[in-house]
Amino acid sequence: MADTINTTDQKTEAGQRPGQGETLKKVFRHLGKYRIFVAFSILLAAVSVALTLYVPKLTGYAVDYIVGPGQVDIPGAVSVMIQIGACTLVTALAQWLMNICNNKMTYQVVQDIRNEAFRKIEILPLKYIDGHPYGEVVSRVIADVDQFADGLLMGFTQLFTGIATIVGTFGFMLSVNVTITFVVVLITPVSFLVANFIARRTFSMFRLQSEIRGEQTGLIDEMIGNQKVVQAFGRGKDVTERFDEVNERLGKAYLKATFFSSITNPSTRFVNSLVYTGVGITGAFAVVNGALSVGQLSSFLSYANQYTKPFNEISGVVTEFQNAVACAQRIFDLIEEEHQTPEPADAVELSGVRGNVKAEDVSFAYEPDQKLIQHFNLKVKPGQRIAIVGPTGCGKTTLINLLMRFYDVDGGSISVEDTDIRKITRRSLRAGYGMVLQDTWLKTGTIRDNIVMGRPDASEEEVIAAAKASHIHSFIRRLPKGYDTWITEDGGGLSQGQKQLLCIARVMLCRPPMLILDEATSSIDTRTELKIQDAFAELMKGRTTFIVAHRLSTIREADVILVMKDGQIIEQGDHKSLLSAGGFYRHLYQSSLCSQERRG
Amino acid sequence: MRSLLIYLKDYKKESILAPLFKMLEASFELLVPLVMAAVIDVGIAGEDRAYIIRMCLVLIALGLIGLVCSITAQYFSAKAAAGFGTGVRHALFAHIQSLTFTEMDEIGSSTLITRMTSDINQTQSGVNLVLRLFLRSPFIVFGAMIMAFTVDVQAALIFVVVIPVLSVIVFGVMLITMPLYRKVQSHLDSVLLATRENLTGVRVIRAFNKEDEERERFERENQALTDAQKFVGRISGLMNPLTYIIVNGGIIALIYVGALRVDIGDLTQGEVVALINYMSQILVELVKLANLIITVTKAVACGNRIESVLKIRPDMQNGSLTWGEATERCAGHGTDKNSEEVKCSDGSHTVPPAVEFSGVSLTYRGAGAESLSDISFSVGKGETIGIIGGTGSGKSSLVNLIPRFYDADDGQIRIFGSDIRAYDIEDLRSHIGIVPQKAVLFKGTVAENLRWGNEKASDDELYEALEISQAREFVDRKEGGLDFQIEQGGRNLSGGQKQRLTIARALVRRPDILILDDSASALDYATDAALRTAIRLIKDGPTVFIVSQRASSIQYADKILVLDDGELAGAGTHEELLAVCPAYQEIYYSQFPKEAANG
Repeated sequence: MADTINTTDQKTEAGQRPGQGETLKKVFRHLGKYRIFVAFSILLAAVSVALTLYVPKLTGYAVDYIVGPGQVDIPGAVSVMIQIGACTLVTALAQWLMNICNNKMTYQVVQDIRNEAFRKIEILPLKYIDGHPYGEVVSRVIADVDQFADGLLMGFTQLFTGIATIVGTFGFMLSVNVTITFVVVLITPVSFLVANFIARRTFSMFRLQSEIRGEQTGLIDEMIGNQKVVQAFGRGKDVTERFDEVNERLGKAYLKATFFSSITNPSTRFVNSLVYTGVGITGAFAVVNGALSVGQLSSFLSYANQYTKPFNEISGVVTEFQNAVACAQRIFDLIEEEHQTPEPADAVELSGVRGNVKAEDVSFAYEPDQKLIQHFNLKVKPGQRIAIVGPTGCGKTTLINLLMRFYDVDGGSISVEDTDIRKITRRSLRAGYGMVLQDTWLKTGTIRDNIVMGRPDASEEEVIAAAKASHIHSFIRRLPKGYDTWITEDGGGLSQGQKQLLCIARVMLCRPPMLILDEATSSIDTRTELKIQDAFAELMKGRTTFIVAHRLSTIREADVILVMKDGQIIEQGDHKSLLSAGGFYRHLYQSSLCSQERRG
Repeated sequence: MRSLLIYLKDYKKESILAPLFKMLEASFELLVPLVMAAVIDVGIAGEDRAYIIRMCLVLIALGLIGLVCSITAQYFSAKAAAGFGTGVRHALFAHIQSLTFTEMDEIGSSTLITRMTSDINQTQSGVNLVLRLFLRSPFIVFGAMIMAFTVDVQAALIFVVVIPVLSVIVFGVMLITMPLYRKVQSHLDSVLLATRENLTGVRVIRAFNKEDEERERFERENQALTDAQKFVGRISGLMNPLTYIIVNGGIIALIYVGALRVDIGDLTQGEVVALINYMSQILVELVKLANLIITVTKAVACGNRIESVLKIRPDMQNGSLTWGEATERCAGHGTDKNSEEVKCSDGSHTVPPAVEFSGVSLTYRGAGAESLSDISFSVGKGETIGIIGGTGSGKSSLVNLIPRFYDADDGQIRIFGSDIRAYDIEDLRSHIGIVPQKAVLFKGTVAENLRWGNEKASDDELYEALEISQAREFVDRKEGGLDFQIEQGGRNLSGGQKQRLTIARALVRRPDILILDDSASALDYATDAALRTAIRLIKDGPTVFIVSQRASSIQYADKILVLDDGELAGAGTHEELLAVCPAYQEIYYSQFPKEAANG
């Protein structure tokens, strides 16, 4: 428990965060839709707790009807038995209905929150998605929501009934006998203290254990992850020795942490038995003095058991609940994240795209203090080819981000067919481009699903034609299930090159009026690349194309070459003019001539 | 799971004592209602205050003994679980070291890592819980029944009815819900996948305007998850109310029977209270038991997964031939002329080739088609072989056969005249230096990494290897030189630096066969060339295999193998191939445009 809280704290960014109260308010707002269920749940919980507590009292009455031989009031006992039976049935029904209510509202709220989070993900600006590790966002939508659901459910079922039980028991006990009640109330918190004391003492042991465990996981990750290298060098034995050393230490730390923390339960049980004994002794004396009946003593004994139970559970519930609120906070942070600029109401549908693209005085930076593109101008006529060149990591993809409107310009404007792209619907703008990225991404599904992504209505012949043009058809055909082969998340079983060919087939199929090719053939071997070139050349004919490339022939034939360095566009022109200008491009061209020869 | 239990065998004493002490604690707990009954029947009825105090002291004593027993049990079970976890971890780790490449491909390293970490942790907690609690709960349930029998046989018969009914409800609900919970988990996985994909593929999804479709898909998956959760919740929500009804029904019956029996003097008031107490105890323990079973089932599932990895018997038969014996046989073909002679040199007395493939084919397990088909070639000692071909043409597959990472399905591979399967694998690999495609370095100093090649290498030998691999110059510039700390995965080195260090690592062992599997791709032209020259100049140099996509890297090899789709499309020197092999011509001219090549 302590561990989870700690990590939550670390993730919490200091300041500017809404308090827990604020988050709770939001949770309640989400619960609002289901307020009928909440009301029912509370009502039913109250009923079931009250009746559950009433039963020991009834049992006590029954015991008092059974004093000894000849002193048994059978009709009295039977009437109590009927009461117990009625109470039991009503309680059981109330419990069951309460469970259903709790389940319903918890899972419904969780579903709403997940849907909300996902809807937000679909409209988040790329800036957010690029700036946060995927795992972190995923864990908000999955793990955090789950934790929240657990906490919420536990909160409803246990916290509420627990508190109700404590209060109710206290009341019932008071109604029977004041002195004994005080005995119970005074001793019970001791178990709480004992549990806390042990938790604090064992905290450092758990920390040590998780540190060693982390060390071991690191080693496992490194060695098993690279098992082939380990075996190629026959290092199995030495690696195992290193592993064993950590493993021994882990074993010791585990023993210590596990043993000392497991003292908690027996200790609290012991305290409970003290409470029980206390009730026994004071109760018995009270009976002897005539202040209490044996039946009342027996109800007291069972109250004493019931009273301590929620105390033992409550500390766990509270941590769980705090944790749930912290999780909720992280989910709401995501849901409330600023989304991308909404489209203006009069946004136009782009149609009849011919390929006129214009950039006027464009400025852009990812970080305000790191200026990248400044006062950039470009005019592209339909069918022109624009090559973007520069050393690796110079920010070539920045331009693509702006053209596709994954990011908005800070100053100036980009327009397609003389319309500012901010006044065009994103949908129609993006439909105008066909994009193949260096970073190949395939969705889980069949190979066909992936090819028809841009044109779900494509016929089988068209799909095959696109695959043939991308030189991937013969490979697909050889797969056991052909086009119906299932691809998993990481494109399992496909090589990087094959994945890239699939991405190319995807664009070959939908043939949009403009193309963006970002190192589209970087993972494909030279021979296949040569074969694809023809298909590409045919595809590019008459289409405005932006190419990030390293092939000299592609660059030489471009109508405009943009030379980028350190995120900025430093030169612009055609091959000849740039070469004769003798700037960075000339330098790049000469060194890449050499690298071209090497690369292959 | 069962075979994992042998890892408890060094902790027999603990594994027996832990549940035993737990049972002891439980028995003391079972005595409590009887003591209380005595308080009521003797102390209160006789107004004997001293007796009441004595009995309450007995209660405290029972509590104390219970505490001591229980802590002892916790200690033994923690000790046994710790030993169990350590033992299984060691066994699994060592076992993974013995798996072949085929098996590793099949299982996948991420699966192995999960087995090593979370699966073992879960199993370990399971063992700990079982030792502590698994006997306690049934013991209390049946103990309560037996105690009831000692109090009154007729009343105890109620227990005989109630316990089975309770068990049916508790375990029935559990059995029904367990597969349902698994279903919930798989729905959750789908939701996770949808979320992940929309983050990793955000650009493609938005470029293809798939947002609405993805949203619908997510909401569909999410709805399915909610439905599954609500369904299982409705069923498991039945457990508490039903058990409550049964237990209270039992109490009603006890009161009724008690009333009749007390009336005729067969039972006392205190005994009725004791019986009611036993009844309440049963419920608490049964619920505990049910929860425990869920945890234990999970642990058993994890344990079975671990077991299935441990059960894999490496499918490669090890040989016994050592490198020394093999080379001796070939060199001095005078000592033992009978059987080896035939193997060595096809009847003639010439020195056999260092590596010889005849009709070798390879199909990876689970693959649809052959990755290598009918490959034959031979390489003399000290020669340099270039291997070239497109992606997926089988270059790496071919060189992976030489250290016997995989076994050929067909044909034969001979190393210095002896079948590769006759060799002791470890000894064979210790004479081969391989530089894999992916440059992998480990956390530790440069020297530690290099000594993977040969533990006993002196600093001078390390420097020599660094010089050949063109790494000396940058290692010297690093702080600490050979003692420079490499971070995990070699994060603090560039791609080219990592590659040069992995080459040096292979050279440190002074291999007889050196395999460079496209391992100079991040080096620039000049360094690549210097590296090749330096390797050629090694005295008594190794037989070298160079896999590359660059024609320039293999151009000067003694022999070049051209692979195309798993088949040998050509073999010979650069000049020969350029004259006759179309596949080679295509590759070469794509990299050296004709006019440049001519000039």
